[in-house]
Amino acid sequence: MSKLQNESEVTELPIQSQTRWQEYKLIIDNGLWKNNQALVALLGLCPLLAVSNNTVNGLSLGLATIAVLLISNALVSLIRNHVSSEIRIPVFVAIIATAVTIIDLLMNAYFHTLHGILGIFIPLIVTNCAILGRAEAYASKNSLDKALLDGFFMGLGFMLVLVLLGALREMIGNGTLFDQAHLLFGDVAYNWTIHFNDDYQGVLLVILPPGAFIGLGLIIAFKNYLDAKKTSKLQNALGIPVSVTSSTNAKH
Amino acid sequence: MDKFSPSFSHKLVKSMFKAATKLGLFVFVSIVLLLGVQTITAPQIAYEEQHAVLTTFNQVLPSDRYNNNPLDDTITLSDPEKLTLLGSDTPVTIYRARQDNQPAGLIFKAVSPHGYSGNITLLMAVLPNGTLSGVRVLKHRETPGLGDKIDERKHNWILGFNGRALLTTPANEFAHDPRWAVKKDGGEFDQFTGATITPRAVIGAVKKALLLTNQYGESLYE
Repeated sequence: MSKLQNESEVTELPIQSQTRWQEYKLIIDNGLWKNNQALVALLGLCPLLAVSNNTVNGLSLGLATIAVLLISNALVSLIRNHVSSEIRIPVFVAIIATAVTIIDLLMNAYFHTLHGILGIFIPLIVTNCAILGRAEAYASKNSLDKALLDGFFMGLGFMLVLVLLGALREMIGNGTLFDQAHLLFGDVAYNWTIHFNDDYQGVLLVILPPGAFIGLGLIIAFKNYLDAKKTSKLQNALGIPVSVTSSTNAKH
Repeated sequence: MDKFSPSFSHKLVKSMFKAATKLGLFVFVSIVLLLGVQTITAPQIAYEEQHAVLTTFNQVLPSDRYNNNPLDDTITLSDPEKLTLLGSDTPVTIYRARQDNQPAGLIFKAVSPHGYSGNITLLMAVLPNGTLSGVRVLKHRETPGLGDKIDERKHNWILGFNGRALLTTPANEFAHDPRWAVKKDGGEFDQFTGATITPRAVIGAVKKALLLTNQYGESLYE
């Protein structure tokens, strides 16, 4: 893991010759793919595995995580020059805990039923290491615009995995998609639920926690397969060994 | 500089104080912020909570059957004998629905300790004549796909309680109404394939709660 972190930090350091837009592109690429918090860093697995039993739950927790990442990255970036290194971790924790508690209260007030379903996993966003990880590894060293972009795309990458895993588990396990969408989108979404087959019995294993592990494993395997394919293609074209990824999945 | 010189330790203490002050400042700002958000959201959360309770009430007792606010008309049971019938070891609140001040139904929670995995919490409404208006499962940890069919969102099994009552002929011992069991045990209720323990637990809990309302029915409205 330490090797992975060193490498990914290197790719995130601004390089002189890069223009601003290239840097932004790198941030987006890292958040969504190269350093995806769920698939590569494997952070925040506790909420990821626990609430990915359907699409709407995954989407809701994903959105809450994005909101927390945006707030915490922005605040950490703003105070980065005013906090000495020995108190930075407690300060980051205070910021993250405050942001999560605010989101928790707001969801309780305006998405009450959904808040009831997600339950303990909203306050548990505090313990999602991805958030403290981004604050420490990125936001505390970069300007506000980059920290915000990083927070958004790291959160988006996390959310996409949650939604993908949730959709897969819901489709295979329940035979539905977007079940209970009205909890998130209001009354207009009552008939958004897609039923594939009325007689579908469902696959219990996929809904239960083991289904989450198996599903996540398959998604990671598929991502690694795509990366390996890309690497070997480049290698063939250039005739030399090339590493296009910054992470552990570049092992040949 | 010498590590033990007075000026060094003075500097150290100074920087410690500075760091502590800053940390305290951050925590203070956080607290102020949280207090603010909590004050703003508190009424909305209280409203949503009450609304959620009333919505579940409507599932067991249609709201057109009463015109009072059951949340304001409650009685709390703390008599251990009565609580045993409800499967609870903590006091239970009974919400009383009335139509024009006439009894219209009792709404309360009952707990079955005999679930397949842990307690099953039920919400039920009993009409003044001892008939069940409705039963819903509020909380359970039964196996998804097997025992969780007691949940109305998964299966309509729980609706089978609607309109049922315990035999109340004096000669009949309440507790031995044989219809109140799963078919496997000689009763009238369906069991689920692969899950008999769960429906058995729910039926047992509902039956015991009906014993309570049959025995104390009218006094519960006072």
